[in-house]
Amino acid sequence: MYKEEILEHFKNPRNKGVIEKPSVRVSVKNALCGDAITLTLAIRGDKIEDIKFSGIGCALVTASASLLTEHLKGKSVKILNDINDTFVLKLLGGEITPARIGCALLPLKALKQIKK
Amino acid sequence: MIGAIRKDFPILSRRINNKKLVYLDNAATTQKPKAVIEAISNFYLNHNANIRRGVHTLSEEATAKFEEVYKKTAKFIGAKSVDEIIFGSGTTEAINMAAKCFENSCFWDKEGEIIVTEMEHHSNILPWMSILDRKENIFGFSNVKNLKVIRINKDGILDLDHLKSLLTSKTKIVAISHISNVLGTINPVKEIVKMVKENSSALVLVDGAQAVPHQKINVQSLGCDFYAFSSHKMLGPTGVGVLWCKKEILEKLPPFLFGGGMIEEVYFDKAVWADIPHKFTAGTSNISGVIGFGAALDYLEKTGLSLIEKQEKELVSYCIDSLSNIPGLTIYGPLDISKRGSVVAFTLFGVHPHDLASVLDSYGIAIRSGHHCAMPLHNKLGISATARASFYLYNTKSDIEALVAGIKKAKKIFKV
Ligand SMILES: Cc1ncc(COP(=O)(O)O)c(C=O)c1O
Repeated sequence: MYKEEILEHFKNPRNKGVIEKPSVRVSVKNALCGDAITLTLAIRGDKIEDIKFSGIGCALVTASASLLTEHLKGKSVKILNDINDTFVLKLLGGEITPARIGCALLPLKALKQIKK
Repeated sequence: MIGAIRKDFPILSRRINNKKLVYLDNAATTQKPKAVIEAISNFYLNHNANIRRGVHTLSEEATAKFEEVYKKTAKFIGAKSVDEIIFGSGTTEAINMAAKCFENSCFWDKEGEIIVTEMEHHSNILPWMSILDRKENIFGFSNVKNLKVIRINKDGILDLDHLKSLLTSKTKIVAISHISNVLGTINPVKEIVKMVKENSSALVLVDGAQAVPHQKINVQSLGCDFYAFSSHKMLGPTGVGVLWCKKEILEKLPPFLFGGGMIEEVYFDKAVWADIPHKFTAGTSNISGVIGFGAALDYLEKTGLSLIEKQEKELVSYCIDSLSNIPGLTIYGPLDISKRGSVVAFTLFGVHPHDLASVLDSYGIAIRSGHHCAMPLHNKLGISATARASFYLYNTKSDIEALVAGIKKAKKIFKV
């Protein structure tokens, strides 16, 4: 589960921070462990110009947010409709134990709120 | 001695991720000895029937086995009478029961105040909040008034001066844990009860979920009014818990659950309740569970709580010493072993408790990570989660050595 890439993203997370005056801001909490994550996005036209995450989280939450934001940055907002659980787990390199899937998918849970 | 004890717990020989199981999550639930498992299957294989309802042989046998556990339980906690024992599904239900009965009794009035502590488990906070909330919102409590909270100091010990300052004639109940499930702090219940009774007319409820399994308790000498605990944290099955309540108080409480078995007479325009404690147990009880719990009590009596307590103290002391030597590791709660029970919560710099628990699991070591149903306490400590190792009678020094080795491996993986 703790592959080099996950640990590397945990240690040096990409897109960590908060965008001032974001177009969208969403937050989620994991009631089980108290982890919380906030995503801020700057959207111009239909392009995700910038996306950042902040909050506290374990290695999986952090790496997942880092990888996901990296993937989304600069893309069209349409991509938000294509991102699902399977995609995120693949991004993390699979092999997540059942008890930790909630951690791995926490950032996605935040993203899903945007579509609403 | 421990070798013999361990043989009584079949699950301890399981392998997890190809490693020997090291079970250090006893504060969440303990493993069950063969005697308990067999008592339950023996009941279903040979004696199963509903209780107190039939005159047939099986019903008589089941009733006798069930009633026997009332006696064992009363004896185990030093209750004056079996009529003071109410079986429910666990500590949580026991406290909810107490709160519901209390809310509708002569002991409560709408202006009343309730005192809890900063270290409480959610199950000893929320039932009291439910009495105090104005119930304006269906998604949660949003308007809770008159809940007072006793502070803890930096060592995780209750500030009794603060308690004293909170007590007034309006205080109606003080609800405290006997031993904290995170900090491990053993609260001075006797002293607290004395202070409460001298400064108010409040009743005292003690959440003993983490105490009864680990040390000999005597509800009469503690002086409290209610005491709650769970079977599954003391070798017994899940789905059984005990609410003990002083007879003088219990007699003044209304029932909270209505149905079969709790009445004397029923008509369409009136009903008369049965005597205590049956008045509080409507419906068919968890008969096999209670009988299994009886076997757990037998097992604990046979082993002896003083031996269990002594063994655990040695383990906790060894654990704290060993963990203290790990750079970057912070232990929460009192470091004075005489003031703490057998849970050790900690954090490791640079490794989230969830990640630590996952790494340990890959080596067959089971610990708990998270806020352990004590979110307000974690907020107070300024952290979102802790890792927690907790011990019981079958744990050994080598379990702690495995824990320490596992933590070192996690440090290596996370390069901290
Ligand atoms: C201090 C304390 N109180 C209450 C509970 C709740 O017990 P149960 O889940 O058995 O109702 C627990 C266990 O999680 C506990 O540790």
